[in-house]
Amino acid sequence: MTVDGLIRWLSGLSGTGEQAWMLLLAALITGIPLFLVLATNAIVAVYVERKVSAFMQDRVGPMGQGAGLHAGKWGLLQTVADALKLLLKEDIIPSAADKKLFIAAPFIIFLAPFLAFSAVPFNQTLEMVDLNIGIFYILAMGSFGVIGLILAGWASDNKWSLYGAMRSAAQIVSYEIPAGLSIISVIMLTGTLSMQGIIEAQTGTRWGFLPNWMVFNNPFSLLAFVVYFISSVAEVNRTPFDIPEAESELVAGFHTEYSGMRWALFFLSEYANMLIVTAVAAIVFLGGWTSPIPGWFSTAGWGLFWFLFKVGFLILVMMWFRWTFPRLRVDQLMNVCWKVLLPLAMLNIFGVGLWALVVG
Amino acid sequence: MGIVHGEEMVLNIGPQHPSTHGVLRLHVRTDGEIISHIEPVIGYLHRCFEKHCENLSYEQVIPFTDRCDYIASMNNNFGYVVAMEELLGIQVPERVEYIRVIMAELNRIASHLVALGTYGLDVGAFTPFLYMFRDRERILDLFELTCGARLLYNYMWVGGLSHDLPVGFVEATYRFLDDFEPNLNEYHELLMYNKIFIERTADVGILPPDVAISYGVTGPNLRGSGVSWDLRKDEPYSIYDRLDFEIPVGTGQMGTVGDCWDRYWVRAQEMAESVKILRQALKDLPAEGDVHEALPRKVRPPKGSIYKRTESPRGDLAYYIISDGKPVPFRLKMRSPAFTALSVLSEIASGWMISDVIAILGSLDIVLGEIDR
Amino acid sequence: MINPRIIEFIRSRWPEAVPEVETGTTGDAPGEAYVPLRPNDWNEIARQLRDDPALKLDSLQCITGVDLGPEANLEIRYNLHSMEHRHHGEIRIEVPKETPELPSVAAVWDIADWFEREVYDMYGIRFSGHPNLMRILLPDDWEGWPLRKDYEEPETYHGIVVPKVKTGWE
Repeated sequence: MTVDGLIRWLSGLSGTGEQAWMLLLAALITGIPLFLVLATNAIVAVYVERKVSAFMQDRVGPMGQGAGLHAGKWGLLQTVADALKLLLKEDIIPSAADKKLFIAAPFIIFLAPFLAFSAVPFNQTLEMVDLNIGIFYILAMGSFGVIGLILAGWASDNKWSLYGAMRSAAQIVSYEIPAGLSIISVIMLTGTLSMQGIIEAQTGTRWGFLPNWMVFNNPFSLLAFVVYFISSVAEVNRTPFDIPEAESELVAGFHTEYSGMRWALFFLSEYANMLIVTAVAAIVFLGGWTSPIPGWFSTAGWGLFWFLFKVGFLILVMMWFRWTFPRLRVDQLMNVCWKVLLPLAMLNIFGVGLWALVVG
Repeated sequence: MGIVHGEEMVLNIGPQHPSTHGVLRLHVRTDGEIISHIEPVIGYLHRCFEKHCENLSYEQVIPFTDRCDYIASMNNNFGYVVAMEELLGIQVPERVEYIRVIMAELNRIASHLVALGTYGLDVGAFTPFLYMFRDRERILDLFELTCGARLLYNYMWVGGLSHDLPVGFVEATYRFLDDFEPNLNEYHELLMYNKIFIERTADVGILPPDVAISYGVTGPNLRGSGVSWDLRKDEPYSIYDRLDFEIPVGTGQMGTVGDCWDRYWVRAQEMAESVKILRQALKDLPAEGDVHEALPRKVRPPKGSIYKRTESPRGDLAYYIISDGKPVPFRLKMRSPAFTALSVLSEIASGWMISDVIAILGSLDIVLGEIDR
Repeated sequence: MINPRIIEFIRSRWPEAVPEVETGTTGDAPGEAYVPLRPNDWNEIARQLRDDPALKLDSLQCITGVDLGPEANLEIRYNLHSMEHRHHGEIRIEVPKETPELPSVAAVWDIADWFEREVYDMYGIRFSGHPNLMRILLPDDWEGWPLRKDYEEPETYHGIVVPKVKTGWE
């Protein structure tokens, strides 16, 4: 169900050949479900996060009890209610804020994961476009959300927001590097930047029983996975790397001044970002839609399931981190990036190169 | 937006801020993340405690002491009644003394649980906070069982207690202690020995002993700096001289003596010591004794003044009571340990980062109700 | 309590500093319960009390201001403590209500900075040489010294009428 496929189908239908409006229509047809996926993801993920944190902390989390207006069984409708509440809230723009930028910032932030998602394959066929530079495109799109963060922080005209924006800019830009380098070490093995190509390279088995995923390929790519995952936690600003919005220090960081629906967009993009980085991790290191038992459960439907399963698992791990660890300080965060992860990522490239040369 | 200048930024942390532990304003000058000058601004919670006291009878002061340090109300009651009894020359029954120590130590544990839990919040760990509040909840349940109140007890009276222990209290306390002791180790593994936590707190906000003494810092903060000074041991009041317990002192295990980690560690160890005290006190608790026996018919101390110190969870809590022979205090001053602890902040927090300032402030364990009175 | 020793120590260096008092303030025995002191050399005396190896009163526990009555003086009480020798003493200095002034000891004990500000806030006693003598607990624009016995509540604060009739409050 790619855009290309749609355009071919449309032109076949009308018999006039490919035209510009077909591209628009095809983009809309594929884009709207994608948006819905991201919105649903946020609603589900917030619910899961609340429940997961509750279970980790000896609580029950949102619950619906008794008669009357409540949040459904097990609080299932809690986040829906939250979303409705956010929609109905008054839209407050601080008088000192730079109004245009203030309004634009949440959209820019949300746009980044949305654009990045258009190149993510959900299973063998389900994706918007299969770019031949897929992974490169995702990384590029993913990193331009930081512009929105800086805009939000600067336009709010609030010192806490400014601090949050400065921190997040420094953090995201820094952690892009080890994340990118870890992915390069995989690309050296697969020889392609296309997402489907990377997954194709991971089909089959390794030593007869393990799936041929990149994490099992060689010790260096396992290490690359670890480096990438830590970096990606930092990239999406989650604990222990949540210093841009460190609640106890910066109140709420760059989105201190946002409320209602604008704030909800930040939330939406936070979870969309989580989805995109875990999707990349699942595709590049864990074989995307390939089955963990090679040769079994490998239809397109199972492919979708495996992909979502892997993504969900990685998101759960991120939540687990968040509710376990304290937060790092800003300089320690930079130290981890530049003095630990970056050298490791470099080493990985070298190691993978040697491995490919020597072992196969 | 103007032109970009390279100058210091003035930042007001508070009065509304998630981690000021009350209504505190920190007037901070920052150069990027580094703080060059910090000045606490207090008084937002001033409720004229001392002025009120001059218009209240001595018994009526007790509920006001509750409201000063609302995290450890029992200890505040305790300090006041000990001072008043010394001024009046009252000897209270054994059973009352034991119950008071039990209550004070339970409240010390509850107070330290709040301190350590909120400290976890300050450095970004949310989960330990809820674990610790779960145990604090059980202590509050015990208090509720005893006197009906969960936060502001007005339990200790001059010469006695408001109620005797309810049936089943001793057993319930033993049950709590049996559950609490293993939990304590779990909390330490979760937070105290976490690598990130150590990175954040060790070698941060070092409070050298001489500075601590000069600033009048007492309690766990002073002991974290390696000075063994605990009024329960060094100037025993009530029945503390009969009990066997240790005074944990910071040794700089993870960094330098007197850093935030040491202060945290001292509080963590004190909870274990309090459990020890509680077990002894519960064992020796006299079965007989009327808690209302020694209540004076009229609290009217002779002319004179007294400065009496007791060990609250935050340090030396002292009451200076001046009596002119009337049923109302002539002057009542409360020396609050958190007041002195906060005053040292500008000395030890300058030059650190914003995140560290929050960590240092949290490690001092201040209660604004007590600072502003 | 090592008050007699403190008196002896001060008299040996400043013969005039400790006045002969027969009836102590608020019914306490001078000499035993406290050390009466004249304000003049207080700063230097404080420094010596802190530094003398035998006394070593290195911790200032508390400063309490007292209004001794409508006709009487204001009094400042210092509770001193030694962390090394584990002993403590009390010093009282009287200042006249019209010109309440005495030297600051903020340079001797750091905590005196805040304690003195509190006493100033409540009694209006000026501590000469204090680095930053301003109100600490009350708002900066508060008028009057609330803990003095002759203090009267203001009628209004920033235009808000202060309710004086307290019926119906309880």
